[in-house]
Amino acid sequence: MAADMTQQNTATAEHIEYVTRLGDNALILGQRLSEWCGHAPVIEEDLALANIALDLVGQARLLLTHAGKLEGSGRDEDQMAFLRVERDYRNITMMEVPNEDFGRSTVRNFLFSTFQVLLWERLVQSSDRELAAIAAKSLKEARYHLNHSAEWVIRLGDGTAVSHDKTQAALYYLWPYTAELFAANPTDEAVSAAGIGPAWSELEAAWEAMVLPVLAEATLVVPARTPFKSYGKFGRHSEHMGHLLATMQYMQRTYPGASW
Amino acid sequence: MYTQSLSVPDGEAKGPRKVENPEYLAEFNAKIDAGGFIEAKDWMPEAYRKTLVRQISQHAHSEIVGMLPEGNWITRAPSLKRKAILLAKVQDEGGHGLYLYAAAETLGVSRDELTEALLSGKAKYSSIFNYPTLNWADIGVIGWLVDGAAIMNQIPLCKCSYGPYARAMVRVCKEESFHQRQGYDLLLQMMKGTEEQREMVQDAVNRWWLPSIMMFGPHDRDSIHTETARWGIKRISNDDLRQKFVDATVKQAEVLGISLPDPELKWNAERGHYDFAAIDWDEFWNVVGGHGQCNVDRLAARNKAWNDGAWVREAATAHAEKMAAREKQAA
Repeated sequence: MAADMTQQNTATAEHIEYVTRLGDNALILGQRLSEWCGHAPVIEEDLALANIALDLVGQARLLLTHAGKLEGSGRDEDQMAFLRVERDYRNITMMEVPNEDFGRSTVRNFLFSTFQVLLWERLVQSSDRELAAIAAKSLKEARYHLNHSAEWVIRLGDGTAVSHDKTQAALYYLWPYTAELFAANPTDEAVSAAGIGPAWSELEAAWEAMVLPVLAEATLVVPARTPFKSYGKFGRHSEHMGHLLATMQYMQRTYPGASW
Repeated sequence: MYTQSLSVPDGEAKGPRKVENPEYLAEFNAKIDAGGFIEAKDWMPEAYRKTLVRQISQHAHSEIVGMLPEGNWITRAPSLKRKAILLAKVQDEGGHGLYLYAAAETLGVSRDELTEALLSGKAKYSSIFNYPTLNWADIGVIGWLVDGAAIMNQIPLCKCSYGPYARAMVRVCKEESFHQRQGYDLLLQMMKGTEEQREMVQDAVNRWWLPSIMMFGPHDRDSIHTETARWGIKRISNDDLRQKFVDATVKQAEVLGISLPDPELKWNAERGHYDFAAIDWDEFWNVVGGHGQCNVDRLAARNKAWNDGAWVREAATAHAEKMAAREKQAA
C-alpha cells in the first residue's frame, strides 16, 4: 500500500501545496460570495454575485480534485473541501473575512480577481498540464469578475459621499491583507524553479499597475503599507475561519460517510 | 417559480388608465376568442390590465422571496456538486423574478413601485415560501413537489392571452422542469443512502406535501376571479390542476420509496383518479394572511436587503449622472 502510494505520488509537497492554495482561495471566496444570494442590493447583483460564486466553486472543484490526485491519497474534491482541519486550509486570509457590506465584498473581488487574472495568465503555461487547462478556463471567468468588480469600485468610490466613505473604509480594511499575496516563501520558490507556476511575489508589480489606476479613478486613497502580516496561506487563519468552516462542513461532519 | 393560484387582492394597481370603449372591447374579446395574443401596445380593458399586473407581480415577488428558503442551505450544501447546483438554481429564480418584473413593466408599472408594494406587505407572494427549510432534503422536496406544482400551474400560462407573460413563462417552465428533475435526483440519491438520510427525506415530504397541494389555490367553487378564465389568463381550473398533480406525484413517491402523509390517499377506479383528504383551508388562509411560520422573517430579510443596498443603488445613480455630465461638458 505504502509502495503504491509512493509510485502514484510523484508530485512534490510544494506542488501539492501550491495547487491547494489555488483551490482553497476559490473555495473560501466562493463560500463567502454565496452568502449574498437573495440578499444583494438589486436583483442584478444577486445574479452576478451568485454567478461569480458559482465560477469559484467550479474552479475549487477542479483544483481540489487535482490536488487530491497529486497527493495520491485518494481524497476527492469533497474530502478536500469539507473534511480537513482548519490548519490544513491554504487560502489567503482576505478570502475568509466577512462580507460586511457590498463595498467590502466588491473591493475584495476587485483586489483578488486582478491577482487571479495575472496568475491564470501565467499558469496557462504551466508544466503541470492539468493545471494549465484549469487556468485557461479560469482566466476567462476571472476577466469577467475583474470587469464586474472594477466597474463597481469606480461607481461606489466616485458615487455619493456615503458610498465613497464606505468603499474607502473597505479598502483600508482589506489592503493590509493583500501583503500576504506577495509574501515570499519556499513553496513558491520551488514551484517557480520547477516551471509549474510563478512565485506570487513576481506578480506584485503588475498587480499594482492594474489596481492603482482603478482606485484613482474611483477617487480612493491607497493606504500606506503597514507592518501588519496575515498567514492564511501557511495555515494560520483569522478568527473568522472557524465559523466559516463550521457552517460549510456541517453536513459532512454530522453525517460522516454519507453520499449526497 | 410559482404562481400559486392565489388570486388574492393586493390593492390598487397603478399606471395609465385607459378609456373604456365598446368597440375596442369587442375587438379585444374577438382576439381572445380566436386564441390570439394581446400585446403591450394593444388596447385592453382596465380590469384585464390590473389583473395581469397583480398576477405577474405576485409571481415575480414569489421568485424573489423564493430565493430565501433555498438560499438558507447554500452555505451548508453537503457536497461541492450540490452547492453548485443549488447556487445555479437560486440564481435562476432571481432571473425569473427579473424577467417577470420586466413583463409587468410592459403594463405601465415600474419595478420600483412593485418592489415597494412587496416590502410594505401590501403585495402578496406565494405562501409556500412562508414555510421553513429545516433539513437538506427540503431542497430536494422543494424541487420535486413545489417546482412540480408550479410547473403544473404554469404550463397553461405559456398559452395565456397576454403575449409578454406567455413568452416569459415558456422560458421559466423549461428551467423549472430542469429544477424538478434535479430535486428528484437529489432525493433518489439520499434514499439510496443511510437510514438517517431516508428519514430526512420522509420528514421533508411530510412537511411539504399539504403546502404543495395548496399551491393550486382554493377550490373552484370558492375562487373569486372567474373573469380570468374568460380572458384566457387562466385556462385550467385549480381543482383540475391539483388532481393532475396528485395523480402524477403518487407514482413518483412510490419509485422514491416514501409515503405521502395522507391516509385517505387511494386510487378511485370509478373516477380514474386518486382520492385525497379534504384540505385544511384555514391553514392556507392563515399563512396568506401573514401568520405562517416565516412570513415575518421573509419580509424582514427582503426589507433588510433593500435598505442595506440603498446606498449602493444611490451610488450607481449618482455615478451615472456624473458620467453623463462629464460627457456633456467634454462635448
